[in-house]
Amino acid sequence: MTLYLLRRLGSLLVLLVVMTAVVYGIFYAIPADPAVLVCGKGCDGAQLAVVHHKLGLDQPVTTQYWHFLEGLVVGRDYSSGPDVTHCAAPCLGYSFQTDLPVLSLIAQRLPVSLSLTAGAVVLWTITGVSLGLVSALREKRLTDRLITVFVLGGLGTPVFVSGLLLLMVFCGWLQWLDFPVYVPLTEDPVAWAQNLILPWLTLTILQSAIFTRLTRTGMLETLSEDHIRTFRAYGLPERRVVGRHALRGALTPLISINAVEFGVVLVNAMLTETLFGLPGIGQLIVQSSNNVDLPVVAGLTLTAGLAVVLANTVADLLYAAVDRRVVLA
Amino acid sequence: MTEVVTEIGGPDVATSGPPARARQVLRTLRSDRPAMAGLVVTVLLILAAVFAPLLAALEGQDTTTFHTQLLDSARGGVPHGALGGVSADHWLGVEPTTGRDLFARALYGARISFTVAFGTLVVQLLLGVAIGLAAGFGGRVADATLGRLIDLSISFPQLMFAIALLAIVPQSFPRPVLLMLVIGLFNWGGTARLTRGQVLSLKTRDYVAAARLSGATPARIARREILPGALPQVLTYAAILLPGNMVSEAGLSFLGVGVHPPTSSWGQMLSTATTWFRADPMYVLVPGLSLLTAVLAFTLLADGIRAALDPKASLRGRR
Amino acid sequence: MTGEGSGGVVLSVRDLTVEFGSGDGVLRAVDGVSFDLAAGSALGVVGESGSGKSTTALALLGLHRRTGARVTGRILLGGDGPEGVDVNALDDEAVRGVRGRRIAMIFQDPMSALDPYYRIGDQIAEVYRAHSGAGRKAAWARAVEVLDRVGIPDAARRARARPHEFSGGMRQRALIAMALACEPEILVADEPTSALDVTVQAQILDLLDGLRADTGMALLLVTHDLGVVSRSADEVLVMHRGRAVERGPVHEVLRAPAQPYTRSLLEAVPRLDAPRAARREPGEPLLTVTDLTREFRRPGRGLRRDAARAVDGVSLDVRRGETLGVVGESGSGKTTLVRMMVGLLAPTSGRIVFDGREITGLPEKRLRPIRRDLQMVFQDPMSSLNPRHTVGDSIADPLRVRGVPDGEARRTARELMERVGLDPARHDRYPHEFSGGQRQRMGIARALSLRPTLLVCDEPVSALDVSTQAQILELLRDVQEDYGLTIVFVSHDLAVIRQVSDRVAVLRGGELVELADVDELYESPRHEYTRTLLAAVPVLA
Repeated sequence: MTLYLLRRLGSLLVLLVVMTAVVYGIFYAIPADPAVLVCGKGCDGAQLAVVHHKLGLDQPVTTQYWHFLEGLVVGRDYSSGPDVTHCAAPCLGYSFQTDLPVLSLIAQRLPVSLSLTAGAVVLWTITGVSLGLVSALREKRLTDRLITVFVLGGLGTPVFVSGLLLLMVFCGWLQWLDFPVYVPLTEDPVAWAQNLILPWLTLTILQSAIFTRLTRTGMLETLSEDHIRTFRAYGLPERRVVGRHALRGALTPLISINAVEFGVVLVNAMLTETLFGLPGIGQLIVQSSNNVDLPVVAGLTLTAGLAVVLANTVADLLYAAVDRRVVLA
Repeated sequence: MTEVVTEIGGPDVATSGPPARARQVLRTLRSDRPAMAGLVVTVLLILAAVFAPLLAALEGQDTTTFHTQLLDSARGGVPHGALGGVSADHWLGVEPTTGRDLFARALYGARISFTVAFGTLVVQLLLGVAIGLAAGFGGRVADATLGRLIDLSISFPQLMFAIALLAIVPQSFPRPVLLMLVIGLFNWGGTARLTRGQVLSLKTRDYVAAARLSGATPARIARREILPGALPQVLTYAAILLPGNMVSEAGLSFLGVGVHPPTSSWGQMLSTATTWFRADPMYVLVPGLSLLTAVLAFTLLADGIRAALDPKASLRGRR
Repeated sequence: MTGEGSGGVVLSVRDLTVEFGSGDGVLRAVDGVSFDLAAGSALGVVGESGSGKSTTALALLGLHRRTGARVTGRILLGGDGPEGVDVNALDDEAVRGVRGRRIAMIFQDPMSALDPYYRIGDQIAEVYRAHSGAGRKAAWARAVEVLDRVGIPDAARRARARPHEFSGGMRQRALIAMALACEPEILVADEPTSALDVTVQAQILDLLDGLRADTGMALLLVTHDLGVVSRSADEVLVMHRGRAVERGPVHEVLRAPAQPYTRSLLEAVPRLDAPRAARREPGEPLLTVTDLTREFRRPGRGLRRDAARAVDGVSLDVRRGETLGVVGESGSGKTTLVRMMVGLLAPTSGRIVFDGREITGLPEKRLRPIRRDLQMVFQDPMSSLNPRHTVGDSIADPLRVRGVPDGEARRTARELMERVGLDPARHDRYPHEFSGGQRQRMGIARALSLRPTLLVCDEPVSALDVSTQAQILELLRDVQEDYGLTIVFVSHDLAVIRQVSDRVAVLRGGELVELADVDELYESPRHEYTRTLLAAVPVLA
């Protein structure tokens, strides 16, 4: 167990170093100059040189990367003219574009993305598992076929299409809802939820299709296993056979699916945010990439990597708790 | 008596010989109505994309000419008339603010979509199969390292890197090729994992041991005993990647880092349509439904092929 | 507990027929089978694969319901008494009430028959509560009680274990405990010991005998093993292609079978007491193994990697022209040992000398010329032939590897097919078009194509029915004569080993326990473990 956590921590560190190095590498290899974007079109060579120096772009990429790592671990000092600002560890640096600390930029956006995904996770897990369960128990009947149509449709519809269609129906045609505007949960919980209904639904359609399919296959597979036959042969009521023994076997693997699917979820959340104009992490990624805002992109990569590893670790621990045969090492 | 025939290994390694197997697969496929519908639509769409210039000429329109006379400037540039300006001249209406012909733009969008999807597939297969084979054949250390890499590449949101990369590559680089490279570069994990799994599973078969005993070289064993078993599975799986690639291209174009105007792409059209869903629903529906139809048709076809080979792996889960 | 006195009929089956499929594809798996089972008695149902014996067993509990199978005939539980019911005529809910309470069943594979997620005690208690309505505490106490009854040591503590913490034999005991929980009148055991080692099999059969005597429970024992029937049943029912061929008191039927099918079945069974061909005089050592050890890393990657020794310091020699039998239970290291002998697996330490040359540590390139002398026949006829190659190709391929021209290789392949009893005209067919026995013949033909000196057969007949098994053993004997082969024959079956071997090596836990001439080993075994093994084999009589 301790060994497992140490191993995970080790691989996390390696992963983060590799990922951020790749980001620096990519940006270094590309001829685009962030200073030009910062400085604007009318900049002459001298002005550009000043900006270069200010952003640290006049240093070799390895030095830049080293400073970045240093900032992460011990913090670093930024000198802009006479003043020196200290950026405490973990320091992700300052945005080229806005001069704001990257960490606070991310922290500012995080609640939006969390609101979106947390609500949607609950929705799609419930929808997916129950539809999958019904589908498996009514195998090959009409209900099963209808659910299968939903699964195929859900899997085949990208979020930006389903989101637009939802907008058309609920904002345009029926006029039940306004175009979503993000309202923080702390400000007004009702407005928060109301504005997030459409984004949640958008994510849920796709993700619950995935979950429905997994639950259905898992359920059918478990139902055909030997120990299910045992309990039937011993006269256990069918609802106990299904509800206690089959369901447990079918749902346990879903724990790790949520973690494996994490990347997919992040991408779809990003698209959903962009579609609905929600000021979350996804929007920040698109903006900072377009602006060649290296510190922000590196910081976001780091955050995403951390989240992926964290999600996988939690899933592993949960799995081991649920299935005693699993030995973490 | 108790035939203790242990099924070892991969998701599905055919247990019957090739000719009978192929016949049986074709028969199953032909009786699979959704898959056949998918096939028909796929073929039609591909034909439409190939002959896009011809069809646009038939309509008498192109993708770039502005038709501002068809727009209602009082309402912010929404097309005159019902259904976004559908008429005998403009079969699917015109774009708001510019008045460009939607039929032509949707057709050329299909071209981009399919070209990028197939091109990406080539990149994915080259990378995925190469890495999968290296992991499967390369011994313990190679397998452990590459296995980790494969796991990582699957669970990581690579689209983030893709966006960064696409945003900063100079505009002079041909966009569709760049998209193929970038999407392929970040989406080979599934292919690699499957290839590796197949190789590792087939390697434990007794007939591979028998081939070793007969003195066959590792190269001969790979060529004659393992690859013929592994590749059909990998290629079948590859078919299901196509619709995913189409969605990836559309998604990147939607985010504004895909193909650049004036080239038309479904994702890009949808991105501008975001602000028009109230005033001009047709502008959402044309690219949206085109993408949906294409993705569904490809999925049904690919899934049908997979179901014929291995019913359990199918999305529709027929058993 | 049975209300009727011992001898009263608790189950009578009349004209049981089970059909699968529909239209042209109707398969009649069980065809008009009738029998009676008396309280406290044991009926053995024997037959080869496809005889319908398991299908019959499942029908008794109504387990074909909702599978699309059609079951006709009567399954009268409790005989003609007031508690008598026809299982086949009951509604689903009533059948559920009967299952486990009046008629219980245990299955072949104890590894997968229990839910991996729950404690064993809970699973038993759950079944008990479903029928008795007892409270949680009472049900748990009952679970511990029955676990204790089936010989689980420290049952109160072990009831908290999950199935994966139990060995195969323990799991089968736990399943029997579950069956006992509601004191059923009948226990149906479907190949209850086929997945278990012979010593564990003996313990489980003893347990079943004891329970029958103590509780008056009737036993329906479904098995392919005539020895098991002979040991544990009073009556026997022989099934063949869905029909009951012969029925009667077990010792009468086995001693003087009335039906030709039963007779042929009995002749095919290898016996520990059957006369055998005279032992060949062994020649000089052909292959010598010295202090051979092979370690496997345990799965999982810990900092302290601990290795398990599959083979541990084995020394023996294989002599020219003989058949060396290698026998052992699962995990004894027999497969690992012989795979090292033919160079498929590298030993961790020790030496192998073949025909005067040391082959351990030889690089693949230098080993390749020697390989043609060391060939192997595998256990699983499904996995030992590439499904994508025709039979002719599979047999000719080793020759092509050795540079034999294609035409000649094909001709030789067809000759070999003829030699092993296959129709050479079918050389361009694929393996799936052949039966298990035929595929095993192909495996032998392929191994012979390079005219090896040493042939290693790893459980070559374990996946086959007894009659097919006898034919394959005969074929091996013939080709050994023709080709002057030295054979290493691996099996878990002591009777088969006795029939084919000149000398026998007994392995346990990776170590060589005893190596002796066949007659000496079977008549006066020196090692305690060999004696235990031999005593555990159910004897036909």
